[in-house]
Amino acid sequence: MDVLIYLIPAALALGLLGLIGFLWSLKSGQYEDLEGAKYRILQDDDLPEDERKNDRPG
Amino acid sequence: MTVHERDWDAFVTLKDDGKAHMDLAVEGVTCAACMVEIEQGLGLEPGVERARLNLTSHRLAVEWCQETTSAERIIEVLTQLGYRAHPFDPADVRERSDAAGRELLRALAVSGFAMMNIMLLSVSVWSGNVSGIDAETRDFFHWVSALIALPAAVYAGRPFLRSAFAALRAGRLNMDVPIVIGVTLALFLSVMQTVQSAHHAYFESAVMLLFFLLIGRYLDHMMRRRTRAFAENIAALKAETAVIQRPDGSLREVPLSRVEPGALIHVRAGERVPLDGRVVAGHSEIDQSLVTGETALAGVGPGDAVYAGTTNASASLTVQVTVASGATLLDEVTRLLETAAQARSRYVQLADRVAKHYSPVVHLAALLTFAGWYLAGSGWQPALVISISVLIITCPCALGLAVPAVQVVTSGLLFRAGVLLHSGDAIERLAEADTIVFDKTGTLTLPLPEVAGASDIAPDTLHLAGRLALASRHPLATALARAADAAVPLDEVRETPGEGIAALFEGRELRLGSARFCGMDEAEVAAFAARHPGSSLIAFRDGDAPAVPFAVGQRLRPDAVETVARLRRDGYRLAILSGDRTAPVEQVARDLGIDDWSAELTPTAKIARLEHLAGEGRKVLMAGDGLNDAPALAAAHVSISPVTAVHVAQAAADAVFLGDKLAPVADALGHARRAHRAMVQNLRFSVLYNFVAVPFAVAGFVTPLWAALAMSSSSLVVTLNALRLRLGDPHAAQAHSAPAPAPASPKRDRGAARPAVEAA
Repeated sequence: MDVLIYLIPAALALGLLGLIGFLWSLKSGQYEDLEGAKYRILQDDDLPEDERKNDRPG
Repeated sequence: MTVHERDWDAFVTLKDDGKAHMDLAVEGVTCAACMVEIEQGLGLEPGVERARLNLTSHRLAVEWCQETTSAERIIEVLTQLGYRAHPFDPADVRERSDAAGRELLRALAVSGFAMMNIMLLSVSVWSGNVSGIDAETRDFFHWVSALIALPAAVYAGRPFLRSAFAALRAGRLNMDVPIVIGVTLALFLSVMQTVQSAHHAYFESAVMLLFFLLIGRYLDHMMRRRTRAFAENIAALKAETAVIQRPDGSLREVPLSRVEPGALIHVRAGERVPLDGRVVAGHSEIDQSLVTGETALAGVGPGDAVYAGTTNASASLTVQVTVASGATLLDEVTRLLETAAQARSRYVQLADRVAKHYSPVVHLAALLTFAGWYLAGSGWQPALVISISVLIITCPCALGLAVPAVQVVTSGLLFRAGVLLHSGDAIERLAEADTIVFDKTGTLTLPLPEVAGASDIAPDTLHLAGRLALASRHPLATALARAADAAVPLDEVRETPGEGIAALFEGRELRLGSARFCGMDEAEVAAFAARHPGSSLIAFRDGDAPAVPFAVGQRLRPDAVETVARLRRDGYRLAILSGDRTAPVEQVARDLGIDDWSAELTPTAKIARLEHLAGEGRKVLMAGDGLNDAPALAAAHVSISPVTAVHVAQAAADAVFLGDKLAPVADALGHARRAHRAMVQNLRFSVLYNFVAVPFAVAGFVTPLWAALAMSSSSLVVTLNALRLRLGDPHAAQAHSAPAPAPASPKRDRGAARPAVEAA
């Protein structure tokens, strides 16, 4: 069972990575507007002009 | 439309990189299309660096380069797009970043991370204890758990520690005291067990407890924040600014926080007086309905005091802002408010009332368990383990969620019904109310006066009078313009200050104004006034034809009669306490069938009436909107104001309702009663759960596995019971988007905007 000595810290480190990711996303304000975020996915203003099919969603 | 410039520096904050930043409340945002339209529209504007609309809070953050564009240009673009926007006073929204919410969310994330990892290790230990884990591996797992749990508990437990210490220092007991004691002892015991390489440790119980409780805390916090954000938007859209006159005579519009006592402010006809002061120049009439409930206009001249919240009716005034002198109406209101607020803070929340009895019982039980096992000869250490397991199993996990979960669900339901809560415990107090006291003006009646019997008047006359009325900002004239639905103003209107307005139309002279101005004789006026008690008169004359009088008065909210009948059916005792004259109050009381009414009351008299009712053991819901209602709103058991209320009244009330209807008041009471039932059910369930679990713990049967199962299942039951409130609610099934709060009167805004659109 010696392998646990590496595996558990490795698992914890991965979990910690997730936690840090969450704290970073919180700090950068990604939870400020949960209502708007779901519509922003559909916005295609990051595409070049000729690829846009529909200018106005909704 | 504005003649003076707005002092934009007061609204704009400069960022470190030299970019200007402004936050705006935007009215009329309903869906994602509006968001895209606004952001793209502003994005096309040269100089705008970033425009981001928050669809949750309906706020727009704009950053721009000051050399290329200006704040005025940005508002102009928004107006062209069809959205009314108003900047926030930076002084009001300093606390926008929501530090408390972020701290809770971070604590929640840390405890969640710790809980999941420790659970992973604990499950291995639990199954290992059955299938034969070797002692070294188990100790290793326990040490790793300790390594995660101890720092996580210290970090995530801070909100509880602070609150528990604050309560103990004030000599009270709240829910956080048993929580802190339970968690600390559980961690202490687990470390001790680990050192002695025992079979069980309670690390996961301690952290799981914090995790569940933090969920409750966070939900509670979000509920407050959401309603507060909307209340702030409403305040910003009401444009609570003042136009100050600078020493060189120029006018600037600034936020109220920038006005010093002694400054001269300029109030145009039709505008609300922003601050208390004394008139320096000008003669006008003042509409005091928001301050005293009085519906008739009062004349003011130099030297007279004017109060914040009143509306200047006929001519421009220059007002010197006064400091509180201790003698004005506002000072009296402020003093009464302070006394009332102190009395209010004596209310003890349902959860704290339970906690007061709960913690001593639980701690005593743990102590007795320890004593019992010790005396039975089992040694002090096993006795301590068992007594701590009693504390862990009784730690108020479900109790901590019982009330916040219901509050969150109910505040969401109320939000959809058009009611914004200022405090979470308002739900409990609303549910206890058995008597409703209404103010008349602006609460039972609509905030803006209306023309009575407009349908009896010849449509052509009404229409022409309405078009002429568009030229004036007098409240009676604007009421007439609204009633006529007039859109096209007449040309070359002459105004005689204090009398009326006149214009030439197809060769005839049209006049609108006082009865004398239109040539009505006294007897005619007296007869008309007798037919319309409590109304004000405005007359219209077309050429040489006899003058047509219009009665403009307060009209009941469209559903007032049904709502009052519904409240009476539900068993509430109803009363009207008004500051207005007797005749109009009597009229409204008769229309609504309310026998218990009083008129011409001062703020002190209103409080005295409320105290009398409280003395009879009645729990009073006060509904009012005026400055004179503010102390009564604060003194009542619970209170609600319409969104059109003056700022002081809204701040004193526990809840605010939106829109023209009175129904939200009845809806709020219904929701609150149901919520209160669910809270009591939840608390009963939590206590019952303890009754069942404690004997097992006392007997020493509770292992960490059982503690974890019991804790999560009881929390789940309590949460599901709260969510049950949403079933059967007609509003909850509808679209999830929040209702756009309509401040002031959308009707008036439309009327005012239309001529501008047609001119463009």
